Amino acid sequence: MKMVVAIIKPYKIDDVRDALVTAGVEGMTVIEAHGHGRQKGHTEIYRGAEYNSAFLPKVRIEAVVPDEIVSRAVEAITVAASSGKIGDGKIFVLPVEEAVRIRTGETGLAAL
Amino acid sequence: MKLRFEVDLKMALAAATLALTAAPAFAAAPTPNYNANPNSGDTAWMLASVALVLMMTIPGLALFYGGMVRRKNVIATVAQSFAITCVVTVLWYVCCYSIAFGTNPDPGQNQYWGGLGDVMLKQVTMDKPYTIAGSTVTIPEYVYMMFQMTFAIITPALICGAFAERMKFSALLLFMTLWSIFVYAPIAHWVWGGGFLGAKVGVLDFAGGTVVHINAGVAGLVCALVLGKRKGLGHDNMAPNNLVYTMIGASLLWVGWFGFNAGSATTANALAGAAMANTQIATATAALAWMAAEWVVSKKPTMLGLASGAVAGLVAVTPASGFVNPNGAFFIGVAAGVGCYLAAVFLKRIFKYDDSLDAFGVHGVGGFIGAILTGVFADAAINSAGKVHSALTQFYGCLGTILWSGVVTFLILMVCKYTTGLRVSEDDELEGLDMAIHGEALHEA
Repeated sequence: MKMVVAIIKPYKIDDVRDALVTAGVEGMTVIEAHGHGRQKGHTEIYRGAEYNSAFLPKVRIEAVVPDEIVSRAVEAITVAASSGKIGDGKIFVLPVEEAVRIRTGETGLAAL
Repeated sequence: MKLRFEVDLKMALAAATLALTAAPAFAAAPTPNYNANPNSGDTAWMLASVALVLMMTIPGLALFYGGMVRRKNVIATVAQSFAITCVVTVLWYVCCYSIAFGTNPDPGQNQYWGGLGDVMLKQVTMDKPYTIAGSTVTIPEYVYMMFQMTFAIITPALICGAFAERMKFSALLLFMTLWSIFVYAPIAHWVWGGGFLGAKVGVLDFAGGTVVHINAGVAGLVCALVLGKRKGLGHDNMAPNNLVYTMIGASLLWVGWFGFNAGSATTANALAGAAMANTQIATATAALAWMAAEWVVSKKPTMLGLASGAVAGLVAVTPASGFVNPNGAFFIGVAAGVGCYLAAVFLKRIFKYDDSLDAFGVHGVGGFIGAILTGVFADAAINSAGKVHSALTQFYGCLGTILWSGVVTFLILMVCKYTTGLRVSEDDELEGLDMAIHGEALHEA
């Protein structure tokens, strides 16, 4: 079991969700987030006054998936979330020790 | 200056004659206690204009400014416009109307103020033929008094843009009270109430470029200089919290301004129509001019630029609206859009003052551009009162207002400084005025 964490542009969320479902991912959690990468945000100008917005709006998706579909899920996100421009985001893959379905008490892969 | 009343005198007589001819239809009804002058068409338009101009301040200006401040100061900013509306209304009834539009029994003093004969509106009656500055108007004095009240309300409210996000509410109330009595009311008298600027000097100011905009702009500049910069200026992110508020506010100002400018004809006639057309043309042109200037300089056409340019155009066309033709209005729009953009962006950066929402950059500079250009573009075919016009005379009118407004505003700020204090504490400024002063906050929907 692995957790795939993707930080993407907010407007890509529907495409990414569809791609993940097609890749066999059963469920996911989406969190509204703010952050920056190497560009350190962007600059806005109001009546000539420049303000640097360090943290830009992002969406963070978390999905816990069986080991065998991790690469497919990562591939799906990479394709669906890409605009080719700066700020498309990042994907992280983390090990997961255990999963539990609260309603039934099922554990492991059965809980996903 | 209400030169237009002289022009309208003939129409008033014609209207009165018409009213008399039509009288038999109403002869059987008990005659109400009206004077013979009021013309119902004029009066209806002016009643509507009162509502339009009030709408400029609440919610127009409140939203225009409220959208530009940071999220922690939105409630405090809209509260300023709302509170000023209430304070000035009471003051206007108590004494300011008398000072501005009363007729001082001493002609020498009447050059400078209207005296206290009309305190508590005691001489405003239902049946008195109403004359102001030597001319008879075709609307009842109650309507005229209300129309002028809405001007007295928006003028001090405009100043709030200069000291946004840092002034104490108690200081604001004291400042606005003294400012209405000692700055606005006398200047209104000089230009419109029969005082020396309108009657003797011959300054052309159709709807208040000098009395309202230069006056408020200069007062704003003095406030910005005396209060000093907001904490964190140049370092913290002070981006507008919601430009949609600002766009709605600018739009309400735009629509309300038809009451302001076309209403300043005080009649429902062709002059009001010309003022309305000039207002629309100058405003749209100035919005495009600001947007274009900004597009060239900082590479993006902004909503804030469009809204700011529109307000700059409204300001600049104010003194000109009933004197120039549409070509004049177009050029005034171009000059105001580019001029106010340069003032708002570069002037305060060069001189290092914090006119937070550009009360001086837009109203002071726009008012000045409009006042001078009125002297250039006045067209006797639009208004015969504008037959004699010169940019120099206009300049003198500006000068008198700039001096009086600048000096007295400074003195009033000193009074506030040593009584209520001017600025909120550093902690309160950082926390935000909404919570620190009012104990209220915006919450997520």
